[in-house]
Amino acid sequence: MLTYAIKRILLAVLILIVVMLAMYAMVFLVPGDPASLALGPRATPELKRELIARMGLDQPLFIQVYRFFANALSGDLGYDVWSKRPVAAQIAEVFPQTLLLGLAAMGWAVVLGVALGCSAVIYRGTFMDRMLGLLSVSLISIPSFVVAIYLLLIFAVWLNWLPAIGAGEAGDPWSQFKAVLMPAFAIGISWVGYLARMVRASMLEVMGANHIRTARAFGLPERRIVFKYALRIAIIPTISLLAVAFGSILSSAVFVETVFSRPGIGTLVTAAVQKRNYPVVMGTVLTMTAFYLMVVTLADLVIASLDPRVRDVLRG
Amino acid sequence: MSSVAEPMYRHSALRGLLSDPMGLLGSTLVGAFLLMALFAPVLSPYDPLKIDVVHKFAPPSLAHWAGTDQLGRDTLSRIIHGSRTALSIALTAAGLAGTIGLLLGLASGFGPRWLDSILVLLFDSMSSLPMIMFALAVITVLGPGTATLILVIVLVSMPVYARLIRSQVLSLKNSDFILAERAMGASSLRIMLVHLLPNVVGPLVIVLSMDIPVIIMLEAGLSYLNLGVKPPTPSWGNILYDGYTSLRAAPTMVVAAGIPLILATLGFTFLGESLRDVLDPRLKLKVPR
Repeated sequence: MLTYAIKRILLAVLILIVVMLAMYAMVFLVPGDPASLALGPRATPELKRELIARMGLDQPLFIQVYRFFANALSGDLGYDVWSKRPVAAQIAEVFPQTLLLGLAAMGWAVVLGVALGCSAVIYRGTFMDRMLGLLSVSLISIPSFVVAIYLLLIFAVWLNWLPAIGAGEAGDPWSQFKAVLMPAFAIGISWVGYLARMVRASMLEVMGANHIRTARAFGLPERRIVFKYALRIAIIPTISLLAVAFGSILSSAVFVETVFSRPGIGTLVTAAVQKRNYPVVMGTVLTMTAFYLMVVTLADLVIASLDPRVRDVLRG
Repeated sequence: MSSVAEPMYRHSALRGLLSDPMGLLGSTLVGAFLLMALFAPVLSPYDPLKIDVVHKFAPPSLAHWAGTDQLGRDTLSRIIHGSRTALSIALTAAGLAGTIGLLLGLASGFGPRWLDSILVLLFDSMSSLPMIMFALAVITVLGPGTATLILVIVLVSMPVYARLIRSQVLSLKNSDFILAERAMGASSLRIMLVHLLPNVVGPLVIVLSMDIPVIIMLEAGLSYLNLGVKPPTPSWGNILYDGYTSLRAAPTMVVAAGIPLILATLGFTFLGESLRDVLDPRLKLKVPR
């Protein structure tokens, strides 16, 4: 287990280094220097020189790469080209909002998805099961940002029940709750379908196990067997998947946060890309990748400690 | 593979697809969108780019079924032409990503050990970035536009295909018919292209077809953020954006542009799902990234 853990962590670190190098190399691959790209064609030479010096672009390549790594490791991700604020501080400011949104989305998706998956197992083989299957596939393929725009139109513009923009007042949980409802619904909806399918598939595997057969022989009602005895085992692979879900949630968040003008990683990075604000884009991409790698690695380690067969994968 | 058995197999696959209600619905929707894209100029009542400011934000009427946008352009015509944008980008990008993934996967699975290690590290690094972050980083560097969009899609999806092909090649590499070929003195290139390729392409086609709705969504999403297809070229994403900015003045626009997007992703998902059920039910559920 220890060898596996070390190998797995080293692999994650190696991948992060490759990603960082690739990101850095990309800047040099494009025609034109990052400073003029960020400032646009109307920039004065003085302004450009100042920015080049500030970004360290006048130094030799080797020193630039070294500085980039050293700074990133010490949590210094550079400065915003426009507001001149540190990138790390901006990320730290909005990341909790995105995490909260992701957790809210996942929360309701898990409850409904697991319930739908279990119902499909109880009614397996029937018309109901087929309908639930069709529903799950449909939910999976619905684009979250279209749902977000439709919700905005119905509940904020026409009915005026919920706030159209923002994340609610600081220190007012009720307004924050109202503001998170629509974005969380939009992001979670495809996960309802996805989780329902996952739970159904892994549950059907468990239903053949001996202890389920015994429970059935004792004459326990099907509903009770499914929810009490089968779900407990069938949920394990699903839980481990939630770690990987972070990447997909982040994707939806980029679009959904923009629709609701909700502060978060999505709105931060989108605005930065639109203005070609290099340090902010690179900083956000790097932080999110590192976070994602950390979560996925942790999940892998947890699964490996539960199931020894997984540890062999890295050898293959 | 005998030349007689193959058409029969295909025939039964098609029959399997059409006898499954989901497959039938998916094929119908996809067929409808393909026709719409092909015959867009014939089907659209107006020129999608023609500006008519006098009639801006017109509500739905007999003259403009889905109303007009902020420049007086006919929304329905823009949506019909948007199917062209969506499908041509999705098919081009999927085709490119599939081909490159296929070649790199073959090279990685069949080539020397050192090449395999480098390529696998590359694939793993590329696919361990959260998809959207990778996409946005590339767009920042290259600037938004259709070419960038296609490149982004190829970069984010190719590693998955390459890994799939690689694992297929690894499991076939030491099978008897390949060893026999090698004993008869066939070159590596011949083994790869003539014997391995036909055997690994099936699962790739299924995965590709299941990825098309994801690509359509990504195109629309990025165009919505003004980071994809550039206006005035009609794309469902930028029609949604135009509608979003005038949500109160012309709510029909977002409603009308969202429907084809939902129907297209549904259609392609149904088709992909049922294609998988018919051709290779063992293929695992895809994890969204």
